[in-house]
Amino acid sequence: MIMALLAAIGRGVREFVVNLGYGTRTFFAVLGASGGLLRRFRLVTDQIHFIGNYSLVIISVSGLFVGFVLGLQGYYTLNKYGSEQALGLLVALSLTRELGPVVTALLFAGRAGTSLTAEIGLMKAGEQLAAMEMMAVNPLQRVLAPRFWAGVIAMPILAAIFSAVGILGGYVVGVLLIGVDEGAFWSQMQGGVDIFKDIANGVIKSIVFGIAVTFIALYQGYEARPTPEGVARATTRTVVIGSLTVLALDFLLTALMFNT
Amino acid sequence: MSNLVEIRDLHFAYGDRPILSGLEMDFPRGKVIAVMGGSGSGKTTILRLIGGQLAPTRGSVTVDGKAVDTRNQAALYQMRRRIGMLFQHGALFTDLTVFDNVAFPLRENANLPEELLRDLVLMKLHAVGLRNAAMLKPAEISGGMARRVALARAVALDPQLIMYDEPFAGLDPISMGVTANLIRRLNDALGSTSILVSHDVHESFSIADYVYFLSQGKIVAHGTPQQMLASSDPYVKQFVHAEADGPVPFHYPGRSLADDLGLGARS
Repeated sequence: MIMALLAAIGRGVREFVVNLGYGTRTFFAVLGASGGLLRRFRLVTDQIHFIGNYSLVIISVSGLFVGFVLGLQGYYTLNKYGSEQALGLLVALSLTRELGPVVTALLFAGRAGTSLTAEIGLMKAGEQLAAMEMMAVNPLQRVLAPRFWAGVIAMPILAAIFSAVGILGGYVVGVLLIGVDEGAFWSQMQGGVDIFKDIANGVIKSIVFGIAVTFIALYQGYEARPTPEGVARATTRTVVIGSLTVLALDFLLTALMFNT
Repeated sequence: MSNLVEIRDLHFAYGDRPILSGLEMDFPRGKVIAVMGGSGSGKTTILRLIGGQLAPTRGSVTVDGKAVDTRNQAALYQMRRRIGMLFQHGALFTDLTVFDNVAFPLRENANLPEELLRDLVLMKLHAVGLRNAAMLKPAEISGGMARRVALARAVALDPQLIMYDEPFAGLDPISMGVTANLIRRLNDALGSTSILVSHDVHESFSIADYVYFLSQGKIVAHGTPQQMLASSDPYVKQFVHAEADGPVPFHYPGRSLADDLGLGARS
């Protein structure tokens, strides 16, 4: 009984280490295969358009509702202390530091990430990647690398859109509906949000999340078993692993960035 | 060297499951060679070993005098630029049009002006009868048409070696005859070597110069189509004449029907 348990734990740890090593090797292989993309940047811009289109609506609508909720909750809390004038600052800091990058990355994993995994997985199942190899075209260079960089570039843009729309949502609820002073809302925000400490750190977070989520989505598709069941499982893994990775990285980055 | 591809003492296994054992095959330049055998006999695996997508467990596969599995990625890609392959299910890129599918290997591997590329692609599509379907997506054409597009793509770079994996599967009788003729004419016009993996005895025998019969990962017979038609080998006879009885069992090996139904226990 104890031996079986130990064996199961050992097997799990070994599989984890093997997958981590193989994943890291694939990650560097994708980076190595990215050199030629500068000459064919159209491959990347096409994918940015594709991925952006996939996620824009869900990001904008989610940002708006998160902004509404922040406006309401922020007002209820600040009002207890007579500080409702600081609502704009609270909404902006919450969005630029945390909610913008994190919620965007989670939504991205669920929307564009699953789509990337399914696309690559089905290309593998349909022998399209093998056909590419036989045509002396490296799938890492032609398929994975452009999608990877498109995800990395698209993520901070989407996070910025999320935060901007969220701030508008907070404005609509706080200023237009509840009646917080408009001048205080914007001036407190302008005075309290630091371009480097808050906005730049948020952008760095979203770039890190972009690297992690996009690579996880691509890797799961590339390593999916080439069957309908295999692609379905890979898609699920993208959401689970991608979301957990974002949350873990967020804790790590927050501890490093905002420790003073 | 008269053989473009040579296979010597080739063994291949997926883990503990042997697929090919002790193969000796020659593919002379300029010839059409058919590799025939039942499902699961290892025909497609041979093509993957020649293309370098798999590595032999033992033995060697050489293309143009050099072992395939010892080449690094750059050398392997250099070799593949001179190889065209038609996949069993076409393997067309579903997000590209028929035109762009055929143009893909040209765009990736040959630095041609777009006008010249357009003319070349249209000529390839004309050869398979699909010039007017150039702007359709793979989802908008039939399976047989997709296979013909894949054929046009496989020969887009005028390769030295062309490998066809079941080129006649899913084709109507007219397309089948046209495709068979096309394979032969392309081979002769380009001076290529063609390896044809197929179940279809009639079409394969009509264009092949030499035939290998494969069963359970071993070569069981080989010779010219005429020699195979006249062969008294039980395997060849069963396969060529599509006979139900013979050395190739229809049923997967295991317990008998009587055992499964419990009839043996009752009597």
